[in-house]
Amino acid sequence: MAINIKVNGAMRSVPAEPDTPLLYVLRNDLGLNGAKFGCGLAQCGACTVLVDGKPVRSCVTPIDTLGQSEITTVEGLGTLENPHPLQVAFMTEQAAQCGYCIAGMIMAAKALLDRNPQPSAAEVRQGLAENLCRCGTHNRIVRAVLRAAQNGGRI
Amino acid sequence: MNAISRRDFAAGLGGITLAFTVAPWLAVAQQPTMLPARLPGSLDNNRLLDAWIRIGTDGNAIVCTGKVELGQGIVTALAQIAAEELDLPLDRVQMISGDTERTPNEGVTAGSQSIENSGIALRLAGAQVRAVLVELAAKRFGADAATLSVTDGVVAAPDGRKLSYAELAAAADLHRVATAQEQPKPASAHRIVGKPIARRDIPAKVMGGVAFVQDLRLPGMLHGRVVRPPGYGAKLEGFDLARIKAVRNGTLVGWIAEREMLQSRIARPAGDRAKPEAFDQARLKAMLPGVVALVCDGSFLGVIAEREEQAIKASLALAESARWVAGPPLPDEEHIYDHLLALPTEDKVVNEKQAALPDGVKVIEATYRKPYMAHAALGPSCAVAQLSDGKMTVWTHSQGVFPLRGNLAMALKMPAENIRCIHAEGAGCYGHNAADDVALDAALLARAAAARPVRVQWMRADEFLWEPFGPAMVMKARAALSPDGHIADWNYDVWSNTHSTRPSEPGGVNLLASWYLAEPQRPAPPRMQPQPNGGGDRNAVPLYDFPRQRITNHLISEMPLRVSALRTLGAYANVFAMESFMDELALLANADPVAFRLAHLKDARARAVIEAVAKKANWKPGARGDGGKGRGIGFAKYKNLATYVAVIADVEIDRTSGRIAVPRVYAAVDAGQIINPDGLENQIEGGIVQSMSWTLKEEVKFDSNEISSRDWATYPILTMPEVPSVEIELIDRPDERSLGAGEAAQGPAAAAIANAFAAATGKRLRDLPLTPARVKAALQG
Repeated sequence: MAINIKVNGAMRSVPAEPDTPLLYVLRNDLGLNGAKFGCGLAQCGACTVLVDGKPVRSCVTPIDTLGQSEITTVEGLGTLENPHPLQVAFMTEQAAQCGYCIAGMIMAAKALLDRNPQPSAAEVRQGLAENLCRCGTHNRIVRAVLRAAQNGGRI
Repeated sequence: MNAISRRDFAAGLGGITLAFTVAPWLAVAQQPTMLPARLPGSLDNNRLLDAWIRIGTDGNAIVCTGKVELGQGIVTALAQIAAEELDLPLDRVQMISGDTERTPNEGVTAGSQSIENSGIALRLAGAQVRAVLVELAAKRFGADAATLSVTDGVVAAPDGRKLSYAELAAAADLHRVATAQEQPKPASAHRIVGKPIARRDIPAKVMGGVAFVQDLRLPGMLHGRVVRPPGYGAKLEGFDLARIKAVRNGTLVGWIAEREMLQSRIARPAGDRAKPEAFDQARLKAMLPGVVALVCDGSFLGVIAEREEQAIKASLALAESARWVAGPPLPDEEHIYDHLLALPTEDKVVNEKQAALPDGVKVIEATYRKPYMAHAALGPSCAVAQLSDGKMTVWTHSQGVFPLRGNLAMALKMPAENIRCIHAEGAGCYGHNAADDVALDAALLARAAAARPVRVQWMRADEFLWEPFGPAMVMKARAALSPDGHIADWNYDVWSNTHSTRPSEPGGVNLLASWYLAEPQRPAPPRMQPQPNGGGDRNAVPLYDFPRQRITNHLISEMPLRVSALRTLGAYANVFAMESFMDELALLANADPVAFRLAHLKDARARAVIEAVAKKANWKPGARGDGGKGRGIGFAKYKNLATYVAVIADVEIDRTSGRIAVPRVYAAVDAGQIINPDGLENQIEGGIVQSMSWTLKEEVKFDSNEISSRDWATYPILTMPEVPSVEIELIDRPDERSLGAGEAAQGPAAAAIANAFAAATGKRLRDLPLTPARVKAALQG
């Protein structure tokens, strides 16, 4: 069985059952590493991607619910050669320890900045409240998002 | 730099480029040596120079370390050290870490010892390699080596002649004994060490590159899952195959949620149901779409499938149908401390000082408690294994690839030389979590995969239910205060299980699945870890100068819950207890907590961090809280031999909800010579924030049937809006030895919060975590 989904601007056909969570298709069929398995329960945010601009937990999103929606992963934001302002800001602020949560943080932050291009620090904290970080890198992550906002994170 | 490090990383993971096939340092014994009996750091056990550093014909360095990246930035810091001594730009230093066939054996990456042990080894090896190259150039120039200089890998003579490392490399014999005789650079000459260099691993992590073992995707790779028993020691008795048909049509997302979040089904005694059916590979395979093979070995049950979601579905179906005989019940959480204190102990007085007690002392005592806590890695543990031509290769985020290989050899009954363990990063582990366990799971499944690689990642509930927790602890302190307000006597007893059941422990196999095989392995017996590092008694010996003291460690050998090393081992709880008790004594002495500490402390560097943090926080001596707000201090020198940290925390208490908020934290840190100030600050701040999560929220919940902390809802951690602002002052001491810092802040941060609560409310909380229920009970009491 094959299902078509639109990821980072391209239509992709994946040989997966309709109830397969998007996360496994992104990682294993499309080779996109950004979204991570953290809990499978929509509790931690490590698997966050954008679906039509909204942050979605890919671990609990069956692929047959996506229709023609535009799915964006961290790989769709930018590349090493041409990084997105959020990716630049996370590197500049060295906003990672283990980094397992970071791609999910960046996608949640992207959705936040698209909604609110100039958030306060408190708004960033609130906006990322559902994304867990275990290493204690939170303040650097907030600084990175604020830096990206200053540099036009809404792209 | 990024392009190189990413490519090399991928090559290290996927390709096999052996520089030498046997551990080359073993050859050292055959070489005539006039070496000192002991070499610094990890050089001592790995005495061949090219085991550490090789220079390629491109003039670039390949630097090998047995220490591994855990998100603490160690590989970048070690690259800085090597590049500095080699006089090479950082981007010409390639790092290889944690590979049983390519790197030195440096045991386990733990205890904040990597900078101290691997760092010093690379510093001395780098200085020697540079000297070898300079000597070679001197011969070619016909010049005195002392007159030559090196810039960016080019040796220059005073007359302007130049030879690059690339030109010298082929003739440079680095296959020689490391001597540690070459003097490393003085701090004043450092250009790379001491700088806030950007970490090498971060670009891939923000771009979605191959950054983690979870991201490995080898050709032909299969996906495995293990069906764990319903509790410790349960035995697989068979299957109700009819249940597989009944459940396999569920929607996967809902099914995962049900299995992960609902309480597990405890095996009922056999007899109330039909006799279970035996394991039947062919029938099960026919019922489970995508399944390539099943492995049932005693009570170890696993499945391999072409696709990951098929492996998950199959494991859920098997979990529904597997029938287990329950293991022994757990103790009741409500009485866990009484239960632990009633168990047999091995007791040892680890430190004692005698002096006469003055007349007229006031004596107080207090008992503090710390619950079981989970490492709770954000990403469940993962490994990839492949058995090909009789050789098992395991990609693992273990903290110790060599000890893991040793345990795998015993569990798999294979010679260690036929097993290769290669480190690849996982989510932050904060100690001994399930990284090693999942490596054995993957290896056991790989034996049934016909030479194809098998990737296994644990599910979220597996990670909570089966990881070894940080042990529950009880600390009892009793002290006498002399009439002049000084501590005249200090008695301290700590009760704990062992803090290491790592694969590095001798006398058994410390890998979960091995205990459930048809021919089970036995875990290594717990043993007391000696001071000064200690285990449960880590940091139990005060750094303060008391005239009379007695510190006793009580090792509880029976382990009702699986336990092992969690970041800081016993230091977090001991510093929490001792620094809380210091404040209780300061109160009794009617003294300011900062002044009281300084009055008992001669160590100049200890005094300096306390004074620095007091200044940074604008500490007002004698200030009291107002019932809702307060501030407190905590201090420790980690292990009494590593980094000094003093922390001041401000707290605000919501007396209605009982919630403690921590808006601000200040810290002062002395880690000796700083290798990378940004990395150090990141580690200290991370330690403070993680400690705050432990201190305010974390405890593993269980009852006699089962562990009930199984996801982030039942084991909540600190969230983004709750994180305080953190201001850190780093005190650089370029002429002092670099000290490990990754575990230095947790104890002081916990004590600072508890002391701030006491300062605010006049009530003392001695049981961790400082939950709203405990706060409300204290405020009403």
